[in-house]
Amino acid sequence: MSKINFLKPDKENLNTFLYLGSFLFVISVIDVFLNSFFSLNITGFLPTSLSFLIPIVLGFVGLYFIRIEHSGYKFLDQVNKNINTNNFNAVLSLLIIFIIIKATPPILSWFVVDASFAGDSKDVCSGTGACWTYIKVWFRRFMYGMYPNAEQWRINLSFIALALLGSVGYFATEKFKKYLTLYYVVIYPFIAFLFIFFFISGGPVFFDFSYGIIAAVISIIVGFFIPGRFKFYYFIFVPITLYIALKYFIFYEELIELGKLDGLNWVETGAWGGLSLTFIISFFCLIFCFPIGMAFALGRRSDFPLIRYISIGFIEFWRGVPLITVLFMSAVMFPMFLPEDFFIDKLVRAIIAISLFEAAYVAEVIRGGLQALPRGQYEAAKSLGMGYWKMHIFVILPQALKLVIPGIANTFLALVKDTPLIFVVGLLEIVGMLNLAKTNPEWLGFAMEGYVFAAIIFWIICYAMSKYSYNLEQKYKTER
Amino acid sequence: MDLKLQKIIPQLITVLVVVLVFGFFTYNAQINMENRGIDFGYGFLSQESSFDVQFSLIEYDGSHSYFRAYLVGLLNTILVSVIGIIFATILGVIVGVARLSPNYLINQFAAFYVEFFRNIPLLLQIFFWYFAALRALPLPQDADAMLGVFFLTIKGLYVPAFIWENLNVFLYSIIAAIIAIVVIRIHARKVQETQGKQLPVFWISVGLIFILPLLSFLIGGVSLSFEIPKLKQLATTSFIYEGGLSLPPELIALTLSLALYTATFIAECVRAGIQGVGKGQKEAAASIGLNPNQVLKLVVMPQALRIIIPPTTNQYLNLTKNSSLAAAIAYPDLVLVFAGTALMQTGKAIEIVSITMLTYLSLSISISILMNWYNKKIAIKEK
Repeated sequence: MSKINFLKPDKENLNTFLYLGSFLFVISVIDVFLNSFFSLNITGFLPTSLSFLIPIVLGFVGLYFIRIEHSGYKFLDQVNKNINTNNFNAVLSLLIIFIIIKATPPILSWFVVDASFAGDSKDVCSGTGACWTYIKVWFRRFMYGMYPNAEQWRINLSFIALALLGSVGYFATEKFKKYLTLYYVVIYPFIAFLFIFFFISGGPVFFDFSYGIIAAVISIIVGFFIPGRFKFYYFIFVPITLYIALKYFIFYEELIELGKLDGLNWVETGAWGGLSLTFIISFFCLIFCFPIGMAFALGRRSDFPLIRYISIGFIEFWRGVPLITVLFMSAVMFPMFLPEDFFIDKLVRAIIAISLFEAAYVAEVIRGGLQALPRGQYEAAKSLGMGYWKMHIFVILPQALKLVIPGIANTFLALVKDTPLIFVVGLLEIVGMLNLAKTNPEWLGFAMEGYVFAAIIFWIICYAMSKYSYNLEQKYKTER
Repeated sequence: MDLKLQKIIPQLITVLVVVLVFGFFTYNAQINMENRGIDFGYGFLSQESSFDVQFSLIEYDGSHSYFRAYLVGLLNTILVSVIGIIFATILGVIVGVARLSPNYLINQFAAFYVEFFRNIPLLLQIFFWYFAALRALPLPQDADAMLGVFFLTIKGLYVPAFIWENLNVFLYSIIAAIIAIVVIRIHARKVQETQGKQLPVFWISVGLIFILPLLSFLIGGVSLSFEIPKLKQLATTSFIYEGGLSLPPELIALTLSLALYTATFIAECVRAGIQGVGKGQKEAAASIGLNPNQVLKLVVMPQALRIIIPPTTNQYLNLTKNSSLAAAIAYPDLVLVFAGTALMQTGKAIEIVSITMLTYLSLSISISILMNWYNKKIAIKEK
């Protein structure tokens, strides 16, 4: 047995170093562990600063001893490679391990051990932990806002129905797959709108807009029988004329009263709120901002200078201002721009504002995809005799959109995270409801619980979205 | 002829639609304002504002004009943005590099940080820090001093103020140091190009930037003293700190959450940039005999920066725009002071919202012009 040089661990005295090193390391971990979990300081006899430093020093020496390359033990090699490459890394690893051990007990005790779950009044929350009773009592408010308790089944039912309708894509057979795009782009949003308007809001069946719907349906059905070369002009003029004709010549005031669904009370949008409002707003903004953004992305790459400049102006304007000022504009400035008797609901105004704002970001993302496509794609499509629209719809956009899935997903994530800002126009989604509940005199002092609760919800939504977009990206990845 | 018409008609239609929409809006605005008896004009900017702002970098009270109030708000916005950008950059670079660390614990820790803070709405984070975390701080009379001079209390952070004498001499010395460093750098480059020798420019620069200001203290008559905040009793239970600088809790909550949030995005930019430099580049650099520091400085960083800087600038812009969320916790920034209080008082919705938007617009456009210029400068020049 050769002489041991403690400053240079080597393979010859592997076992000595291994035992000594792991012993020191385990001691240091146990010291911190006992200290944090049982508040037992085994080095308490030493001065404070020394007893604070001792686990780091011991752990560092221990890790130094076991840093032996190619030891032959698989586990040891893994440890050395992953957390113990050099002195600097060893110290950082130790610090992280200690921080985790130190942070676990307080977090655990606040979340679970000392927290109160039972009861439905503030009295049960006397402990040092979180007061989840507060969340429990206010749960309906956080989910549905000021929506009347007795009517909340309407929101639940609509969301469940929409979720089921939305998952149709997974079950579609090969035969129906080609209609899926049409379904998701046109039919599904329309069904969603109907659900939200008739069911959640309890609006009248016959309102101003329903003439538009009737006009659209009739003209689409008739449109099938119109010869191809007139279709374009037909779809530009006929629906509008039909709408005007229906509205101004066959308008019955009584129909509005008659059309109300029996038993569904009208709930004005001011009472909507909570997480359900977050979903509603995100959903509609997502649907609206995508086509608008696509239009402006194409506009920005258009050959027509005037259209290009207008698109650039639009995009740069919305990208240059913060969303909060846009919402301010929609709240205080926009009503000034409308005719006096013309009233737009503030939820609709907020949705328009957010959609336009996010559309500018979507436009820039899609433009990135358009620019990334090789020119050959454009030239090939043109040489096949395709026109502008055919070329973009069948050749360019499918490829470009595939390329920018991550970017679009990021924009949508930003959209979801921006929804709390609608407090500016006086709508209270979940964060707004938290701030309202926080000021309730009976439940003062539970701000922390509320924010943690909302943070967990948002985190789950956003994390799931980003993981889903990653999967989508992998799925549509094509070798080029 | 036909082709020309085909080009003109769609443009004409678009322009017509835009003009019609704008015309419709202005027409309605005119009628609405007439009906409500509001007149349009920016004359109110010089009127007396008669409201107070809690926190201001320049002298301001109710007797000053609305324009002054606008400046107060703008300066506060810039203050938050600059502090936030500095902290976000430092944190973002550290986390971005940590995500590429071979140490499993470190890169998981960094990844956790990024995934955690990125997926929670910024507004929620601001509320959390302001209403929950900072409310748990001690009252002024119970606060312990950090390092003996900082006091972190529920009413804000109190730090010592600097009291300078002959400040301008000190500033001149710093300017002189910077000029000297630039001259030495040019000289060093010449030496390297002509003789192939490398001068220790870095250490000379560090030396200069410390020694010249130090000389100004010793010879130039500059002196610096600190005014340490002192506890003062206002009433039986009400205490404040006097003297020194006080940073309001709104500012702390805002910069903290902006920095933590934006740092996650900057970290991702940094990671992408460093990963974007091919392995072959490093190997090639090493094979022509550069040492690791030189590889990093001369080969990896210039290429990584080319990838990192454009998205990072975007993040800086986002941070500046996000600082407008200050309005939610009553930090007197541009939106709160001008588009909030001033708008309530004057009722000039169109003027005030348009000024606010234009301000942000010009801020973003000027930064993006600056960045485009920089981008062009560092872009690969293909011959």
